[in-house]
Amino acid sequence: MKILVCVSKSPDTTTKITFSDNNTKFNEDRVQWIVNPYDEWYSLVRALELKEANGGSVTCISVGKADYDPIIRKALAIGADDAIRIDAEANDGIFVSRQIANYAKDKGYDLIFTGKETLDYNGYQVGAMIAELLDLPFVSTAHKLEVNGNVAKLDREIQGGIEVVETEMPLVLSAAKDMAEQRIPNMRGIMSARTKPLEVVSAIDLEKTSEAISFTLPPEKGSCKYIDPENAGDLIQMLHNEAKVI
Amino acid sequence: MSVLVFVDNSEGSIKKTGFEAVYYGSKTAKLLGSDCIVCTYGEIDNSILAALGNYGASKVILAKNIKTNDNQVLARFVSEVADKNNADTIIFPMGPTGRSVAPRVAIRQNAGMVSGVIAFPDVANGFSVKRNVFSGKAQGNYKINSAKRVLGIMGNAFPIEAGNGLASVEEWNGDAGISKVKVLEVKKAGGSVPLPEAERVVSGGRGMKGPENWGMIEELATLLNAQTACSRPVADMDWRPHHEHVGQTGIAIRPDLYIAIGISGAIQHLAGVNGSKVIVVVNTDPEAPFFKAADYGIVGDAFEVLPKLIEAAKVFNASK
Repeated sequence: MKILVCVSKSPDTTTKITFSDNNTKFNEDRVQWIVNPYDEWYSLVRALELKEANGGSVTCISVGKADYDPIIRKALAIGADDAIRIDAEANDGIFVSRQIANYAKDKGYDLIFTGKETLDYNGYQVGAMIAELLDLPFVSTAHKLEVNGNVAKLDREIQGGIEVVETEMPLVLSAAKDMAEQRIPNMRGIMSARTKPLEVVSAIDLEKTSEAISFTLPPEKGSCKYIDPENAGDLIQMLHNEAKVI
Repeated sequence: MSVLVFVDNSEGSIKKTGFEAVYYGSKTAKLLGSDCIVCTYGEIDNSILAALGNYGASKVILAKNIKTNDNQVLARFVSEVADKNNADTIIFPMGPTGRSVAPRVAIRQNAGMVSGVIAFPDVANGFSVKRNVFSGKAQGNYKINSAKRVLGIMGNAFPIEAGNGLASVEEWNGDAGISKVKVLEVKKAGGSVPLPEAERVVSGGRGMKGPENWGMIEELATLLNAQTACSRPVADMDWRPHHEHVGQTGIAIRPDLYIAIGISGAIQHLAGVNGSKVIVVVNTDPEAPFFKAADYGIVGDAFEVLPKLIEAAKVFNASK
């Protein structure tokens, strides 16, 4: 089984978000970058489990400049066989998915994994776009994936519940929580990651269909109004009379 | 030109996020000087569709012959309707269906796409729109440069008003192809309102000490006509199901009222809830970071405060 795992970086989840250049750019000073959790904990680990059970290969792919390499090495340390970096600044979902689809189109992957979303721009776009560009089925927000021969069976989130679906591979999917358990890379993994192949390929030329103009932080809340715990019940009237939410 | 809105069919009815998307579409159409057209699929009463006129739709196109929610099939349908109606702006509610159909339509239509939209567009100088970024920790103003655009709208991001209107309903008889994805089974998680659509939410954290104490959270939620939610540790310890986990790696919600009981308010949790209009925090620790984001705070033990809130809510409900 030939598996491609799309890997993105994202700021560590505890990052305090600030902006620079007159609020037009994300301020990357002192930001700790991590492998996007949905790509690492769920996508990549499930891909490795499938490879361990069925044989085949797991390749990681990212769209980014050289500052992406530590993120890619981490994915290799967890167990991916090799990695591709498409050498361009990721602009938006359309840019990233066109780059990845262009690379993947003639490689014959059985499964293409994406994470449900990235924790920076939360677009929920790349998986479905790659599927559209490659004319493949796409199963979104999957919690569970089993493979039997060339048939994939998945549990996916739908409005107010879960749908169990089945489709023939090749397939693009987006992985959500619970698909696999996080793996911590061991020393051997970290050592071998240094020598695993990381191929840098040039990007195709694309127009910017969208761009960020400016950013704002949510307005600070006014001060919190404290209620004496002895009279906690007063809250209910305040929610009705003052806040008007009940 | 026209603005096209895709609305999901939820077992013959339309959810609040659908009305919000139609309202958004008609406001945008007004700004652009065009018409708002809606499309949906499956079995649904024409009267429900005609009533979308109340939110500004002039025409609803129904594909009765599409019986699947498969995004590949739906994207072909929406894209064909967009072509036929000369749509330059296509709007999707960001529910599970809209979220996976929208990116496909953006590719098919060669459109620029922005997700997580929380405000009406600015069309004075091109087309720009505000969206959530960094899981709600900030907002970005994005410009779409392409001639066509696809927008994914966040739930509960703006109030909607129903007017008086009646949309015409047309049946679509095109061919959207066969789905390659077969549905084997559907498991519904109780008949309650999905969390992203909830207007009021009561949420519990580690301070609740164990799953056996959730009765009080549920009772308060029922009295306030609210849904229940939880923090990440609570879901990780299996005290509550994962679909109740709100926060950066769970669900992002924007209810009118969010009551957090025994949750300290780590930055990851705040990211998922700071779009809430009113936040109430109950915590024993006066230094809990959540109080900084709260409108109302009670420094006290959940096991003493909750019975008082439940009692007061009963009195309040009886007086209504």
